[in-house]
Amino acid sequence: MTDNKSGSNLEKLLRSGKFAVTAELGPPRGADRSVIEKKASILKGYGDAFNITDCQTAVVRMSSIAAGRIVLDAGVEPIIQMTCRDRNRIAIQSDLLGAAALGAKNLLCLTGDHQKFGDHPMAKGVFDMDSINLIHMVKTLRDEKKFQSGQELKASEPRFFIGAAENPFADPFKFRAIRLAKKITAGADFIQTQIIYNVPKFKEWMKMVADMGLHEKAFILAGVAPLKSAGMAKHMKHNVPGMDVPDEVMNRMTTASAAKKGKEEGIKICLEVIEQVREIKGVAGVHIMAVEWEEAVPEIVQQARLYPRPAV
Amino acid sequence: MKPALHNFQNKKRQFLMIVAASKPFQEIKQMLSGFKKVCVLGCGSCVTICHTGGEKQVAELAAQIRLAAKLEGRQVEVLEDSTLRQCEWEFIDDIKEIIKDCDAVLSIACGVGVQYMAERFPRIRIFPGVNTTFMGGPTEQGIFWERCAGCGNCILATTGGLCPVSRCAKSLMNGPCGGSQNGKCEVSQETPCVWNQIYDQLDTQQLLATMETIVPPKDWTTGMENHPRKMVIEHLVMKK
Repeated sequence: MTDNKSGSNLEKLLRSGKFAVTAELGPPRGADRSVIEKKASILKGYGDAFNITDCQTAVVRMSSIAAGRIVLDAGVEPIIQMTCRDRNRIAIQSDLLGAAALGAKNLLCLTGDHQKFGDHPMAKGVFDMDSINLIHMVKTLRDEKKFQSGQELKASEPRFFIGAAENPFADPFKFRAIRLAKKITAGADFIQTQIIYNVPKFKEWMKMVADMGLHEKAFILAGVAPLKSAGMAKHMKHNVPGMDVPDEVMNRMTTASAAKKGKEEGIKICLEVIEQVREIKGVAGVHIMAVEWEEAVPEIVQQARLYPRPAV
Repeated sequence: MKPALHNFQNKKRQFLMIVAASKPFQEIKQMLSGFKKVCVLGCGSCVTICHTGGEKQVAELAAQIRLAAKLEGRQVEVLEDSTLRQCEWEFIDDIKEIIKDCDAVLSIACGVGVQYMAERFPRIRIFPGVNTTFMGGPTEQGIFWERCAGCGNCILATTGGLCPVSRCAKSLMNGPCGGSQNGKCEVSQETPCVWNQIYDQLDTQQLLATMETIVPPKDWTTGMENHPRKMVIEHLVMKK
């Protein structure tokens, strides 16, 4: 895992063996670039690269590629998220050429949340291919200079540091490490996991991953997220697909929320999870998903003693 | 030896078929408003088995149309009939005499039947009385599930005989997504995750290694994205 394929800071940092920090920056539901600039200024310096979500939960938001360019202008490195929900292979490849031309170097490949969850449930879901196919397509463009059809790419190829997601808490549990292996075989260079609240289960999964040697083939970033309140914990547990929020976390948030200290407790739990996961063999970094709560990231990164971020 | 027919009449519940749901009566009423002589036409195949387009439903719908007209003080003559299959010319040709004076036909066959009628009888307005929903079958009394998307390129040989194209909400090709929990699909707690079922099936058959193989993006050229599709069976085609 030494050759730098994309020239991104995130890739350089991970390849140099440093513990990485990524966080999420959600584009607005509008055409105002200042919202992104403000978020970027809050997050700048508190992470190595930031995920620009692609209409997450199937809600219309500003394009991740456009928002990614604004983030770049603000001096922050983006990780462009790309889903298979809204585009077929023609549109995806077209957008990837555009994203690369605009300076994007990191790409997270996702299947995407089903349109049913979003603000346009009547929309036609595309799903021409799945995330594993998408990863392979991006790798083929980069390493073989070929389009998905097999046709040769005769001009400059898009060179992305390829990311993928995996959820250790989904079922069948035994398949979860195998699915990760498929993503890595397909071409994933780094992995960001689903939000971890159940650390023992994550450990169990990481053991399977390490036994298969996968942590040596891709950089695995553990996903964390601060809870704001008992209500949010409940929502996560019951309404967010693939989430595992143990009772202990629920109880702590309920007690704290009652004492109007939900946010403090949420950050405390998040810090505890970070402390525990960074000790696990094969964890190369953390990915902080503070959804619409970007202000929490600097506090978490500082308190976790992950600040300042190393220069590469 | 001739294969046994397994008493088809008593095993109707095992048919794979086109499933259709009744349209809301308000919509039907609106479609038929202004017509004086209407024929409600059922179909004796798939939609009879799923209890939305058979003779019984013809009678019920006709009565409903008559009653609605009466309540609104309108005069409407409603005929009732059914064919064995609306998707074959020879069966619908028999209908000609019955519907010849009608202003409109409400076909409660699937979309195929409705179109056969429209193509055969271009002077008569043909309206759909059902919403054709999917290819599937009843898994238990009164409950129907989709089973086939008609993708034209069957992959059931590698998926334990269970179809991810029609039964996975995202038509994934490489195993369950991160939303599969406790055997359920993230889209609905009522929907089993078919990839979880495929996993169990392949596990039982000691074929789990199949799921480690990366399946390339599906070739949709034979799928409904490329409709209208056509199939030719050469030896059956009449020489001109």
